[in-house]
Amino acid sequence: MRKLALLLLLCLPLGVLAAEEGYPLDRSPNDLRDLVSLQSGARTYVNYCLGCHGAQYMRYNRLTDLGLTEAQIRDNLMFTADKVGETMKTAMPPKEAKTWFGVAPPDLSVVARSRGADWLYTYLRTFYRDPKTATGWNNVVFPNVGMPHALWTLQGERSLAIETEKELGGGERTAYKWTQLSQGAQTPVQYDATVRDLVNFLVYVSEPAATSRRAIGIVVLFVLGVLFIFAYLLKHEFWKDVK
Amino acid sequence: MASRLTALWNWFDARMPTVAEQWRIHASEYYAPKNFNFWYFFGSLALLVLGIQILSGIFLTMNYKPDATLAFGSVEYIMRDVAGGWIIRYIHSTGASAFFIVVYLHMFRGLLYGSYKQPRELVWIFGVLIYLTLMGEAFFGYLLPWGQMSYWGAQVIVNLFGTIPFIGPDLALWIRGDYVVSDATLNRFFALHVIALPLVLLGLVVTHLLALHDVGSNNPDGVEIKKLKDANGRPLDGIPFHPYYTVKDIMGAVVFLAVFCIVMFFLPEMGGYFLEYNNFIPADPLKTPPHIAPVWYFTPYYTILRAVPPLFNSQFPGVLAMGIATLILFFLPWLDRSPVKSIRYRGAYYKTALAVFIVAFLVLGYLGTEPTTVWGQFGFDAFFLDTKDRATWVGRLCAVVYFLFFFLMPWYTARDAVKPVPERVTR
Amino acid sequence: MSDQQKPDRTRRNLIVATSVVGGAAAVGAAVPFVASMWPSERAKAAGAPIQVDLSRLAAGELGVFEWRGKPVWVMKRTKEMLEGIKQADPRVSDPGSEVDQQPKYAKNEFRSIKPELMVLVGVCTHLGCSPKEKSAEDKGEMGADWAGGFYCPCHGSKFDFAGRVFKGSPAPKNLEVPPYEYVSDNTLVIGEDKEKKGA
Repeated sequence: MRKLALLLLLCLPLGVLAAEEGYPLDRSPNDLRDLVSLQSGARTYVNYCLGCHGAQYMRYNRLTDLGLTEAQIRDNLMFTADKVGETMKTAMPPKEAKTWFGVAPPDLSVVARSRGADWLYTYLRTFYRDPKTATGWNNVVFPNVGMPHALWTLQGERSLAIETEKELGGGERTAYKWTQLSQGAQTPVQYDATVRDLVNFLVYVSEPAATSRRAIGIVVLFVLGVLFIFAYLLKHEFWKDVK
Repeated sequence: MASRLTALWNWFDARMPTVAEQWRIHASEYYAPKNFNFWYFFGSLALLVLGIQILSGIFLTMNYKPDATLAFGSVEYIMRDVAGGWIIRYIHSTGASAFFIVVYLHMFRGLLYGSYKQPRELVWIFGVLIYLTLMGEAFFGYLLPWGQMSYWGAQVIVNLFGTIPFIGPDLALWIRGDYVVSDATLNRFFALHVIALPLVLLGLVVTHLLALHDVGSNNPDGVEIKKLKDANGRPLDGIPFHPYYTVKDIMGAVVFLAVFCIVMFFLPEMGGYFLEYNNFIPADPLKTPPHIAPVWYFTPYYTILRAVPPLFNSQFPGVLAMGIATLILFFLPWLDRSPVKSIRYRGAYYKTALAVFIVAFLVLGYLGTEPTTVWGQFGFDAFFLDTKDRATWVGRLCAVVYFLFFFLMPWYTARDAVKPVPERVTR
Repeated sequence: MSDQQKPDRTRRNLIVATSVVGGAAAVGAAVPFVASMWPSERAKAAGAPIQVDLSRLAAGELGVFEWRGKPVWVMKRTKEMLEGIKQADPRVSDPGSEVDQQPKYAKNEFRSIKPELMVLVGVCTHLGCSPKEKSAEDKGEMGADWAGGFYCPCHGSKFDFAGRVFKGSPAPKNLEVPPYEYVSDNTLVIGEDKEKKGA
């Protein structure tokens, strides 16, 4: 048994050898408990994203989770629906969307689960001007993406030069050199906060039950802990018979 | 009140004595060895997970829509709009992986203690049939969320059937009900997953347990407890299953449920192994994901499949190898020529073989979750095993080890040193 | 007590204690399953209250609006219709709306908040067909004393313009009045009122 366990432990380092690919992602600093951040993200979403990207599995009235009343939701966040019980559909018709962009902008209800928060946070902050693309925009995380920089009025325009530099110890690495071409309405720090809040909102939308899931989990584990104590005592009591 | 209940029971028992009889045969007077250890929890846990999957499955079916245009949305509907729906969904997804973890550990117990050896060969055979049915059940179930991985995983596996000589393409067409995996496939996989295979599974579990109870359970020492009985005909080293093992299995179940709930409530995706990230993208027949992998519990066999290169312009040899890798399990009772059952009394040959086999199985499993380029290339033309991919080289090596464990077993188990097996069980 | 009894008592106590905790855990586990069968958010949204714009309705014109899958009739009653209702008092089964088929504010002579506006669920209280409107002019078909109302083609039940069922009809009760309220003089919300907000 011990030899087996030892052999198994020796296999653990093998996973480290997995090859890395692509642009290194930044850690998304989002926090689902921050309701202000989530509300800000919701505002950014309906103002800048909902025009093209639906979140068709998300109901407006669920946004009361974020500390909003139905009246506040109706007055501030609902541009594409009449009733607060409706879902966050986009107004853009899918057939036309495909003609305009080559592919219909995907629904973002669960994008934070398929792409991950880190990917989204990095993606939304690495658009750059590229005269060779149809939209005039390109992205480092998602090369040749069909999406223009929807938040450019906030971040401003930037251009990118990708170079290979020589490292001190020999070998090469890729260097990304950004240049600000025009000012946006927000400073880089403000923009990062906006994107953080938007990603926070997308993470929330991808699984609205996440915070209650963890809370209920703690209660369940406590109950199971108590149950275990009794189940163990019961077993121990009966097994006194067995010699 | 008590006498009323007793009278009611007596009325019932007089008309259907089977119930009380079966309770005696299978619980209160089923004498099991008293030295069951940790490895003996997994049978009852497998039964528990089966029950959990059926219960959560029924409630999922109340809201799930088996239609290609509605399926993905119906799962999100369950996660968001149905009260408590997300709990039921996570129970079922966690339960699927838990089922395989429990079943693999249950089978491992068989390898440790020779539980498949005479007179329990039939128990083992029914068990392997359950394992194969479970793989089918999981495969059909995985298509239902209709995500990218669901769709493309099904497409790849059904295409494997298409490689069978002569009948392959027609067989694949018949399985799919269409030229590609489509709504027709989804609907029939739904029927198979929800009712057909669960019925088969239940039937096999019943026969598995009946076959076991007919000959009696094995134990960590591999000692046949029925050889030594007391004046009343009860095995000296046996204890009635009820109440001793019912009480112990309840305790085991509580621990299992705690681990299950930790995963379910805090790590339901389990880093993308239990709920794959790509499966949160709706199925797109026009866009193949860059990297298709089956769910983790199939990956050892997937690596074996990938390890065999195309031969005679066909991928069928790989499919054949994968098939043999699963079916070889049936023959274990006859491949093992050792006179002793339990690893405690076997020699170094078997212990080494088993340890190496387990390592190979785990490596095969890991490799199947990654693309073949995961460990990069050798700088040189790799010797032997004919490949430049480090991962493919290791995969081929481990596949060879996997097969040798079984094919060489008649030789090394016959020649292995054995220790004397005691008359009575030890702790 | 004897030593033999002590372990038995401990065992029984432990069995009871474990069963109680286990039972509680099982009840807790059953909660999401039972809860999942209540109307989902989608069903609740589909059954949400509707808004009706009264300015689009002419006097005497029957507007039909769908709420929770049922037809709701809204009509601005004319003076003749209101007269007809008063006249029908002796011929209806439940003139005072004693049976609970309407909210408190509709338990009056005209079964509505304002006499001029009729709001009724257009489903016959017999077996669920939707009755047809029959105006006061239809005396040839409906009889000489017909002052206008509704006639159910399935089994012949008749209702007046306040939804009250006529004697001799197979239907046992007056037509249901749904909860409703005025959010402005010309806008009605059907399906919600001050007492049952969010029902």
